[in-house]
Amino acid sequence: MATSEKIQVDSVTGQTTTGHEWDGIRELNTPLPRWWLWTFYATILFSIVYWVVYPAWPGISGFTHGLWGQSSRGDVAADVAAIQAQRAVTEAGLKDATVEQIAADKKLLSLALAHGKAAFGEDCAPCHGSGGQGGKGYRNLTNEDWLWGGKFADILQTVTHGIRDYTDKETRQSAMPAFGAMGILKPEQIQQVVSYIRTLSKLAPEQGVDVAAGKQIFADNCAVCHGDDGKGKREFGSANLTDGFQLYGGDVKDLIQTVTYARNSTMPAWGARLDPVTIKTLAVFVHNLGAGE
Amino acid sequence: MSAAEKIDNAGGPEVYDEGPLYASAAKVYPQKVSGTYRRLKWAILIVCLGLYYILPFVRWDRGPNEPHQSILIDLPHSRFYWFFIEIWPQEVYYFTGILILAALSLFLSNALFGRVWCGYFCIQTVWTDLFLWVERLIEGDRRDRIKLDAAPWSAAKVGKRIAKHGLWLLIAFGTGGAFVLYFADAPTLVAQLFTLKAPLAAYAWIGILGFTTYYLAGHMREQVCVYMCPWPRIQAALTDAEALNVTYRRDRGEPRMSVKEAARARAADKPAGDCVDCAQCVAVCPVGVDIRKGSQLGCIQCGLCIDACDTVMAKIHRPTRLIAYDTDENLKRRARGEKAVYRLVRPRTILYVVVIGVVGSLMLYKLSTRQHIGLSVLHVRAPMYTLAHDGMVRNGYTVRFANKWSEPREFALSIAGPAGATVKSEEADALPDGRLKVRLDPDATLEAEIYVTAPVAAASAGGAPITMTATDLTNGESATVADHFFGP
Repeated sequence: MATSEKIQVDSVTGQTTTGHEWDGIRELNTPLPRWWLWTFYATILFSIVYWVVYPAWPGISGFTHGLWGQSSRGDVAADVAAIQAQRAVTEAGLKDATVEQIAADKKLLSLALAHGKAAFGEDCAPCHGSGGQGGKGYRNLTNEDWLWGGKFADILQTVTHGIRDYTDKETRQSAMPAFGAMGILKPEQIQQVVSYIRTLSKLAPEQGVDVAAGKQIFADNCAVCHGDDGKGKREFGSANLTDGFQLYGGDVKDLIQTVTYARNSTMPAWGARLDPVTIKTLAVFVHNLGAGE
Repeated sequence: MSAAEKIDNAGGPEVYDEGPLYASAAKVYPQKVSGTYRRLKWAILIVCLGLYYILPFVRWDRGPNEPHQSILIDLPHSRFYWFFIEIWPQEVYYFTGILILAALSLFLSNALFGRVWCGYFCIQTVWTDLFLWVERLIEGDRRDRIKLDAAPWSAAKVGKRIAKHGLWLLIAFGTGGAFVLYFADAPTLVAQLFTLKAPLAAYAWIGILGFTTYYLAGHMREQVCVYMCPWPRIQAALTDAEALNVTYRRDRGEPRMSVKEAARARAADKPAGDCVDCAQCVAVCPVGVDIRKGSQLGCIQCGLCIDACDTVMAKIHRPTRLIAYDTDENLKRRARGEKAVYRLVRPRTILYVVVIGVVGSLMLYKLSTRQHIGLSVLHVRAPMYTLAHDGMVRNGYTVRFANKWSEPREFALSIAGPAGATVKSEEADALPDGRLKVRLDPDATLEAEIYVTAPVAAASAGGAPITMTATDLTNGESATVADHFFGP
């Protein structure tokens, strides 16, 4: 500071000012305590140490990994390993028990449902919906319209070996012929049998269509798998046509398409992809969705 | 820069100080003092620290399935225990209530006695006091410490420094050590700590809190109050003209003069102040402020300057309490020749007391009527409903029961609402009367999917009302939740 100049001093506090003034109020020059500065330097030092020990700087084809070799991926892997080790202990009971035994033991059941819920969300929800509610072509697991059976053993079998998944020898298999495409039935006959099928579920037949003819066509072509009464047979996984629930829709249009081209959808065999405990918990979880037998 | 160089050049040329942006904090050497407020501060310090160290070891019987520690923050099990109170995570509103009470109590104490919290109860004050006591014990009083700091390094100085910092570190890590005892079974953890078997987190926290205690109470001291703590700033907004603050009675003290000068002035019937400008009030101040400049940011209202001034006043045979808990209003009143008035009961303090009473009563009511049974119901949304065979519709509900007893309990779940409704669950047992029975572990919750089936006519797309009631089969205590039953 120029020694010849006078220094502005606030008359109340006796402190020097910075010379900044707003509406007559001058800013006092109060130096920050020195330790504040040291704290600032300490943070700089901290960041330098951080750069050295942790991953920090990006490069062209990678980044500096840091001396400690820490990585988020590694942390996750360690966490996953830790949780699996923990699960191995808590889920030891699930390993040896059958699905029925699990369902009978409240503690095991609770454990299995928690495990099954997570696995269902990962592996089943994409087709069957987050709560098993299904969709067109995908079975609604919350109602009683089981095609292959709703007992623990049935569900376990379906989940393990899948449906029409021919990578698995024990997969559930059956095939409905494409009655129209293969030329077994004429379009008019299909129209008639569809109208008859609708009456089984107490739905209105198409106007002006000969339902009696449809009944005969049904007896000749469909009853062998779907039963004389149309209630379906689980050994074939054939649909119950009397309950109003049609996997691919019960409209005339939907049914005509089903009879003409057949559906024969598939479900993967999860036995090859998931561990036995997870499969069991999935069976328990699906059974617990409200319609288990 | 000395005072002589400072010139008030208001209206003069625009010049400004290009002085340093940073300056070392002037070290404060608080002098030993004795008197009423010092004794009070010691008493509070002993009680506070005593409670802090002893409480984790106090046992409290809660039955066979729960911890026996009077105060325990059980993080792994998400429980907080405080003697007869046990709080679950979802009851965290009790903490909100405690925080509101704490804030209001602080406001009230502030309206009554200014920053009495800062001066007597704040952990920074209590630990700084303790650290100063250690410093005084080893290095002597104010003058000795100033001399020691200025003295060149010698064996004696090194010895004193080692002793002081050693004791400080011992207290600091003891502080951190006591803190972690609130998070685990104290006797077990103490044994683990000394046999190096304690969890890493325990050592880490002892390290962190030990370091902060050592650094903040030993080295930072008043800098914490002046620069780090927000409370002095909030205080400025909360204090008022009637709050009792440590006040230098300017009307009595000024003009300052020596005892002899004052005697002469009084003889000549001229104004004579009681303040002899001995600066004892400044010497004992733990923050290093001059209270005679009036209420200020740095002052923590600890009252030690009152003790120091009283000692001097007693020596020179003048009335004590030249510095006292007083108000600026009273200074003005006395200047006008009126009597001093102390108005601790005024609308503001009454309001605080009333609000504290209301919040406190609410919390007490909630606590005394706290249920030991809990029920929460979440309607399954995917699907909202399922059409079952034979004209029935089924809704799923995720139900969570809570048993807050320290023993296993059996609950029964009943439903009411849709006509002809039945309830089933694979996770519960069916009772003959159609209710569901679940068995809960002590102090635990249980989640179950339950399914309610009713004729389609009993449901509606907008949701027909349904209530679920969980009843404790031991004592009949119940909890009811209302929900909806959906259909096509």
